Amino acid sequence: MRKTVVIAACMGVAIGFASGLALSQQDKSTIEEIERYRQALADGNPADLWEMRGEGIWKQKRGPKNASLEKCDLGLGPGVVKGVYTVLPKYFADSDKVEDLESRLVTCMVTLQGLTPAEARKDPFGGPGKKVAMDALVAYITSQSRGMPMKVSGKHPKEREAYDIGRAIFFHRSGPYDFACATCHAVDNQRIRLQDLPNLLTAKDAQRAYTSWPAYRVSQGELRSFQWRLYDCFRQQRFPELEFVSPASIALTMFLAQNANGGVFNAPAIKR
Amino acid sequence: MKINTTQWVLLGVAAMLAAGCATSMHPDEARTKAAAMMKASFKDRGQAKVTRIDQDDMQKNCSIYSGGNVMPKDLAARLEKAQQALIKYPADGKLLGDWKAGERVAQAGVGMQFSDNPKNPAGGNCYACHQMTKAELSYGTIGPSLYNFAKLRGYGPDIQRYAYGKVYNSQAFSACSSMPRFGHAGILTEQQMKDVVALLMSPDSPVNK
Repeated sequence: MRKTVVIAACMGVAIGFASGLALSQQDKSTIEEIERYRQALADGNPADLWEMRGEGIWKQKRGPKNASLEKCDLGLGPGVVKGVYTVLPKYFADSDKVEDLESRLVTCMVTLQGLTPAEARKDPFGGPGKKVAMDALVAYITSQSRGMPMKVSGKHPKEREAYDIGRAIFFHRSGPYDFACATCHAVDNQRIRLQDLPNLLTAKDAQRAYTSWPAYRVSQGELRSFQWRLYDCFRQQRFPELEFVSPASIALTMFLAQNANGGVFNAPAIKR
Repeated sequence: MKINTTQWVLLGVAAMLAAGCATSMHPDEARTKAAAMMKASFKDRGQAKVTRIDQDDMQKNCSIYSGGNVMPKDLAARLEKAQQALIKYPADGKLLGDWKAGERVAQAGVGMQFSDNPKNPAGGNCYACHQMTKAELSYGTIGPSLYNFAKLRGYGPDIQRYAYGKVYNSQAFSACSSMPRFGHAGILTEQQMKDVVALLMSPDSPVNK
């Protein structure tokens, strides 16, 4: 209920701005006003709270082995957090898998802290009255890559395989609405209602979109990870429920992250 | 360790093999693996079952011919013909409903998501992709503007029939259109589609003002 009200309020603000303008300038002005609204939001980003909580959880001894995650190798060596989000997803020899940040955290919770995989994956996303460790860890770790260019490798055969499969998932049309990711994200300068749709096949748009996740979602009062972004896209695509850190979610992330290579990472961000 | 000539040659062959392995997989193989991976990566939730990953002939072909891979004209014509045969026009022959009800269908964006109650009617969400009236500024641009739809094309029975068919099954007129097949997929009821057609076709509808 609260969600609907807030979204309605946001749309009301945008439409209110737009309706006061001359019709010939309508589209351009609407986009400018939405951009101004976004900038106004960015002045104080509650994502800071998730980042601080995440740093605490990273260092906190948890699980049957009573160990912290501080020795977790996220891709640049054990314990290295600085800049690590810019090289993910990547292939890890110890698990013999391509992993994104969230799936790698699950791996470390299992190997270092002694959780079962099911326990480590149990609470992927926060919600009303529910704060989860995963969101906070994602916020903290990604914040340590802010200002650094994306440089996902994709050289290992399994990384290349993930990219190729991720690309095929992007173009896979099915379900009752005949939607693929590509239906909304393969053409320049399109909108759904007033929302700009990035063309994720171009470097410019892929960089702008990918480097702005995770994000604090004003309309939901939550810090949303990239895994959540894909989960909710597929919901709107009328697909079944995407499982957290599933192979398809990681392959698609590999495709999108590589398309964003070169873009300067600028998250956790804030969005309507 | 010193490397002799034979070892250098073997190293070279190994490098070439490695380079060969490193090229992209064939798109057919990638699609097959992607479909299998998706079936294992999604789970049923409410009305949204994993069988929604399966593709019909149109969906499969439109996935193949995307991302710069242009569909051959004869295949597009064959798909359109097959989709045309699937359109069911109203038995009573009437295509125009109530444009005011059609406007509500055009505004509503819910339906068939796992978060939606399947007991509630789905919307058409026309405004997500199309401009339709002067009053609604919150419209998308994925599809063409439908403002003045009948004013520009005419109010006659042939255009009415085209509009109903297009809403029912967009693929019948343009293979691999981005628009859902609202009748074919059972998203909208016959009455809802008549109401949307009225929104597009009625002389007193705000679409034609």
